[in-house]
Amino acid sequence: MLSAEEQKEIEAELPHYPTKQAVSIDAMKIVQKHRGWVSDEALQDIAEFLGMSTSDLDGVASFYNLIFRKPVGRHVAYICDSVSCWIMGSQGVTERMTAHCGSALGEITGDGRFTLLPIVCLGACDHAPVMMVDDDLHLDVTPEKAVEILGRYE
Amino acid sequence: METPLTQNISPGQAPPGLQAYERAGGYQALRKVLTSMTPQQVIDEVKASNLKGRGGAGFPTGVKWGFMPKDIPAPRYVVANADEMEPGTFKDRYLMEGDPHQLIEGMMIASYAMQADIAYVFLRGEYKRSAEAISRAIAEAYGAGYLGKNILGSNYQLNMYLHLSAGRYMCGEETGLLNALEGKRANPRAKPPFPPVSGLWGRPTTVNNVETLCNVPHIVNRGASWFQGLSRSSKDGGTKLYGASGKVRRPGLWELPMGTTVREILEEHAGGMREGVRFRGLLPGGASTDFLVEEHLDLPMDFNELQKVGSRMGTGTMIILDDQTCPVGMLWNLEHFFAQESCGWCTPCWSGLSWAEKILAAMEQGRGQQGDIEKLAFQTKFLAPGNTFCALAPGAAEPLQSGLKYFRDDFERHIREKRCPWR
Repeated sequence: MLSAEEQKEIEAELPHYPTKQAVSIDAMKIVQKHRGWVSDEALQDIAEFLGMSTSDLDGVASFYNLIFRKPVGRHVAYICDSVSCWIMGSQGVTERMTAHCGSALGEITGDGRFTLLPIVCLGACDHAPVMMVDDDLHLDVTPEKAVEILGRYE
Repeated sequence: METPLTQNISPGQAPPGLQAYERAGGYQALRKVLTSMTPQQVIDEVKASNLKGRGGAGFPTGVKWGFMPKDIPAPRYVVANADEMEPGTFKDRYLMEGDPHQLIEGMMIASYAMQADIAYVFLRGEYKRSAEAISRAIAEAYGAGYLGKNILGSNYQLNMYLHLSAGRYMCGEETGLLNALEGKRANPRAKPPFPPVSGLWGRPTTVNNVETLCNVPHIVNRGASWFQGLSRSSKDGGTKLYGASGKVRRPGLWELPMGTTVREILEEHAGGMREGVRFRGLLPGGASTDFLVEEHLDLPMDFNELQKVGSRMGTGTMIILDDQTCPVGMLWNLEHFFAQESCGWCTPCWSGLSWAEKILAAMEQGRGQQGDIEKLAFQTKFLAPGNTFCALAPGAAEPLQSGLKYFRDDFERHIREKRCPWR
């Protein structure tokens, strides 16, 4: 079941578009904001709410990088792996972060705090390498600084 | 030197709100078109200015606007393509976070010129600060009566919405973007019909890049010949946001006359290469542009001159390759990106790009074989324009084909030595 709050937030998007399906991405992001990810059950509920088939909606969900169909940690740390960050040493940042967290990219850390994910160019290439934790962009990251940044998120 | 696009931007500070924007002359251009210009006059002025699309393709903006059919009633749509996801590109973010009302006013004027009644900002989901700036600006514009019904007493009506996407390079492709806005997978659509004839939900639609739209209020205020005079280029008008990233002394972004040379951007503005590294080449405008090397540095960065040497300006934000960085590794990184972001809709793209990526990975890991260079060269032809549904794969072929040309010795060395010499 979608919560009353989730329904209200989804309904607020509906007047912006002529069809209900157009809200599918917004709807999944709203549910994900409240629950961390989009489970099979949530997917069914959203599809029903929008009058779509569940498989059509899953086709949309699986297309987009920022919709999670698996649980994630309390925080998601995205490390840019595109070309400018790569030239400036993003691989070293990734290696240090996965070693520090003891989990590979895409896995939840043992303490449930983080999921580390690669992400495409974050559009801050003059400050490469960059990473984003939840909504916060971090610039001019080094392996040491990356570990220190993770320490700020409980 | 005039810098109209960035004149209101103070890096590190909050963007101008409605009143500050108005004090700096903001919304005068909107007022001018609504009170004294017909939609056709606006289109003609933009045509005369030689403004070309700043998303990378360089198509003349006024001509594109002219494609919108005049006889089809509402709903009609204008979309700002703010899905900046071309690797190495960070210019639209700067404009949105620095002066959001400038974009919004540009969209309003574009919408009036094309008689659109709904406008969307299609913004990538990762750009949180841009989202905050744009939402606030849209709300302020509604509050001041610049959006909604009967704008400035003109009887013209426009609604504007922010759509936050969920991340995929294909959303920047014009027709992929339309599918994404409709809540679908961002696969490309067959053309024709082109979006002005059948766009969002089958209705007339025009999509323009953020930087393109930001130029529009200035063209209206100051006129087409002023705009042309900003440029050093014979065929393109205006200024351009140029950028540089990689191992240069001062990576950054600068608004300069269109047609500024590659060398001036690299050496004067970016400060040249860092201590201890040497220049080897650069991608002039994002990941999907052909390499330029030393011999090209005195060329002007515009839409015509770089094409003559087999490259293109793209987004105008250069990515610099230095001698401490492996060109084969860089191409592996680039082709990994394109293979990952391919939507899978057409076979040459998903198959060809993942094949190219695997060959580059093998070379980097010491498993390169005789014949690999020829296989990569074949892929660049196989993925050429005309063989695929959209421009993603031809774009992916650009750095690869020029990389094979300029750095062939490095590819051969990887195969011969069965290792990456940079590791």
